[in-house]
Amino acid sequence: MSLPSRDKIARRAEQEIIAGQVVNLGIGIPTLILKYLNWEKRVQIHSENGILGMQSHCSRETADRNLIDAGGGYIDLVKGASFFDSSLSFALVRGGRLDIAFLGALEISARGDLANWMIPGKYTPGIGGGMELAQKARRLIITTLHTNRKGQPKIIESCNLPLTAKACIDRIITELAVIDVVDDQLKLVEIAEEATLEEIVEKTDAPLMIPDRNLPQF
Amino acid sequence: MNKVTNIIDAISIIKDGQTIMVGGFGVPGTPFMLIEALLQQGTRHLTLIKNEANEPHLGVSKLIEAGRVDRLITSHLGLNTTVLELMHNKKIAVEFNPQGILVERIRCGGAGLIGFISDIGIDTVLSQNKQAITLNGQKGVVESALRADVAMIHAAVGDDLGNLVYEKSARNFNPAMATAADIVIAEVESIVNTGSLDPDTIHTPSAFVDRVVEIGKLQDEYGILEHHVFA
Repeated sequence: MSLPSRDKIARRAEQEIIAGQVVNLGIGIPTLILKYLNWEKRVQIHSENGILGMQSHCSRETADRNLIDAGGGYIDLVKGASFFDSSLSFALVRGGRLDIAFLGALEISARGDLANWMIPGKYTPGIGGGMELAQKARRLIITTLHTNRKGQPKIIESCNLPLTAKACIDRIITELAVIDVVDDQLKLVEIAEEATLEEIVEKTDAPLMIPDRNLPQF
Repeated sequence: MNKVTNIIDAISIIKDGQTIMVGGFGVPGTPFMLIEALLQQGTRHLTLIKNEANEPHLGVSKLIEAGRVDRLITSHLGLNTTVLELMHNKKIAVEFNPQGILVERIRCGGAGLIGFISDIGIDTVLSQNKQAITLNGQKGVVESALRADVAMIHAAVGDDLGNLVYEKSARNFNPAMATAADIVIAEVESIVNTGSLDPDTIHTPSAFVDRVVEIGKLQDEYGILEHHVFA
């Protein structure tokens, strides 16, 4: 039986993480990466509320009222974890010490712009730490379903929604494909086992470079 | 100097129309007892500065729901649909900041600076109405410092001189806010004798703190939120 789409994306995204990296996982599919994370890589996961070295959501028995992640969930720590205030937490992000961040998307443009924080008139909760993560992580991976709830492409020529950050995306991982942003262009680099080239092109509303060779599957 | 006082006396310095910083990120570090005392006091037309608005019927959300807050300077309200609705119905004015910019504006205010330059959000709607500037060839916008009349802080331990120690993820905005207000009120879970805290472990030095309130047995609000237990 094949994995649900979100799990397939999370499992593939986990492979982007290199041993020893400092990692931030946004809410949604990015948090699901924890389920597939190989802890032998000894990564340190950053949480915006002032934690480096969070592990995973913990049980009711071990939940500590003073130990939550940025989404409010109770968490465990790995060995070597540290606590700090919010100012230092974002010094870590803006100062270039965050190796890789994973975020979700509402819209992605052909040049790697990201919109993921606001639908004017409908969804306006504020940006939180998302803008700083998108702009300043050394590598930004977007993990998202290929289309929105209405079945419309999320990857489009240019974003209609207010931007989170311009030209910030390095790689997009969906249930259908892995797509890189290279020199302001989208390039298909991997295809999901169950997906076809035709399906990916049909569900992507932006120019997509397709290499003239067999692409790896995931 | 002994800064320990009772909660009613501590809160009595807060007047209508003032700007109040409130520590905390979710439940950890939120000074629920000070918020409750402020609610009981009936103070109105407040401007609040807080990372988020807690969750419906909890913490600062109670002040907002009671109509005591005219304006909220914050980062994210995703966990508080009640306050979002009040915002949409124009019952409260909300100013959103990127989270790290919000805390840095507070840090600047506390450090006696006028503002700073940042490139966060320069290509977005958040840079509108901000002064653009180029320094050393880099484009940015000017972010102004934030200060408040009063800061309300939560710490795990304090001494009667006002030294504070925070616990785990309850530190968050508290240390920055403790530097950025004319009067700083800290509620602490326990008070120890001055001299018993190791100077190396103190997070906020006593000079920043004006009043210390011991909150005693923790009320339910400080406990685990069952809907956030995921595993």
